[in-house]
Amino acid sequence: MADALARARSVSGGLRAYGLIVAMWVRSTMAYRASFLMTTAGNFAASVLDFVAIMIMFSHIDRLGGFTLPEIALLYGATSTSLGLADLALGNMDRVGRRVRDGTFDILLVRPAPVVAQVAADRFALRRLGRVSQGLLVLGWGVARADVAWTPAKALFTAVTVIAGAGIFAAVFIAGAAFQFWAADASEVQNSFTYGGSTMLQYPPAVFARELVRGATFVVPLAFVNWIPVLRMLGRDDPLGLPGWVDFCGPGVALAMLTAAGLLWRVGLRNYRSTGS
Amino acid sequence: MAGNELSDDGFIELDGVEKVFDVRRKAGFLRRERHRVRAVDGIGFRVGRGEMVGYIGPNGAGKSTTIKMLTGILTPSAGRLRVAGIDPSRERAGLAHRIGVVFGQRTTLWWDLPLRDSYGLVRRMYRVPEARYRANLDRCVELLDLGALLDVPVRQLSLGQRMRGDIAAALLHDPEVLYLDEPTIGLDVVSKAKVRGFLREVNAERGTTVLLTTHDLTDIEQLCERVMVIDHGRLVHDGGLAELHAAGESERTLVVDLERELPPIEDVPGARTVKVEGPRQWLAFGTGQSAAPIVAAVAERYPLVDLSVREPDIEDVIARMYAGGKGL
Repeated sequence: MADALARARSVSGGLRAYGLIVAMWVRSTMAYRASFLMTTAGNFAASVLDFVAIMIMFSHIDRLGGFTLPEIALLYGATSTSLGLADLALGNMDRVGRRVRDGTFDILLVRPAPVVAQVAADRFALRRLGRVSQGLLVLGWGVARADVAWTPAKALFTAVTVIAGAGIFAAVFIAGAAFQFWAADASEVQNSFTYGGSTMLQYPPAVFARELVRGATFVVPLAFVNWIPVLRMLGRDDPLGLPGWVDFCGPGVALAMLTAAGLLWRVGLRNYRSTGS
Repeated sequence: MAGNELSDDGFIELDGVEKVFDVRRKAGFLRRERHRVRAVDGIGFRVGRGEMVGYIGPNGAGKSTTIKMLTGILTPSAGRLRVAGIDPSRERAGLAHRIGVVFGQRTTLWWDLPLRDSYGLVRRMYRVPEARYRANLDRCVELLDLGALLDVPVRQLSLGQRMRGDIAAALLHDPEVLYLDEPTIGLDVVSKAKVRGFLREVNAERGTTVLLTTHDLTDIEQLCERVMVIDHGRLVHDGGLAELHAAGESERTLVVDLERELPPIEDVPGARTVKVEGPRQWLAFGTGQSAAPIVAAVAERYPLVDLSVREPDIEDVIARMYAGGKGL
């Protein structure tokens, strides 16, 4: 009981510290408003070009892996928004390795706030809203144009999917940061799962080898970000022939991954404090 | 601070504290050699509330490792360690409210933000009441001369300015104990004097316990009545600075530049010539002695062009302590 209370206090303390640091970075960003608007617009434009490339591809084909362009937009929009949200919230966690190496990580340990909150909020970059808004735009276009009979339940399912997807990517960010306690260069491996994973998820599962799809379902379950739920929305079966209830596992998978990543982080931090680097 | 609080109440207590690191070294393409390094090898001491103690030793002696254990950054491998009755490694976040830490080589401030924003964030993070924060900040600004620097991003500050900014940040939440790891390293004379004056004042007026590591014996001379020396992870001296000099038989050095090359100076009482290089000669004399009569004697008998006096450095003192077999 006392343990649960202490944990609740540490979580609320962490959120508070995260909020404080984020607010400070936002304020300091807003001191240079023009620069903020330009970098956000740049971020947005770079992401838009990404989807334009897919649209150009579709001027030569009608379907890709059984998906029409609006259906691809659903896939693309969902993963892009999810990754954008996770990147906005935790994108600077990959600086842990550098901080360990140059010794500034110690400073975080003498402040009265959970280290993970301080690391996550470090150099919070509001310009990353650019990717989120582009993702939402593509998702919205897909929702409007795809051949789906939208109901409130399906709309809710889409919203939950995007949030659970953000949770899955967030877990990968945290796990990647935790690995940097052992290997300072682990961020590149983590990038291949987050940014690389998201690029993979923009395309229908049918265009990839079955082994890859299986890996993305059972090993690092990125398939739950969008593949499995979007196939459900479209009323199609997944290429692995999984039972129907699996389609609703996104939030559960996200929670499990976040818990595992959190535990890994704690082990990494404990290891750091006993070895020094 | 009441006198009885200065007594041996053991505000900081260490008993047989050890820190052992496993170091892996590349010894081939994939092979790693493991060996254990005892960075801190069984240290015990007590520091009373309100004391100001110097913690010195050569590079790699274990100073920073000790500070990291005292602040809860590192977990000791063995032994008992308490700060204000708290085990730092177990209750790191709780202790953080009660301690202030300054790392000379790394800033605790946010690199891209002006000092003022960093301080505002410290205030909220440590939940310092507004009035208290105002008073503390005003005091720091005045004594550390920060007024013109508050709106400058930290990365644009000079080393001395940044250090002053860091010390202020560490004191905004009224810590009971302040740890300083090399607070004067790389500072110019003026900044050093400011930092020392401020630390003296904080210690005297608020009774803040201060533990500082340094390479500069002048810091110790001007600030600390008590000095602890660590070498190879062990405490080799705990007492006054004078006793340390006595134990290490340390000497100051008078360096004189003569007009021309001459045989070694031999007729100056209280000094002996230890080195001659062309027209330059090195004369050693005891730390208890004044340099004035020696300078006068040399100037009277030799064609003196220039001179300087060098204080003994901590490495020499410790080396002599061992050579003389007077280590503990």
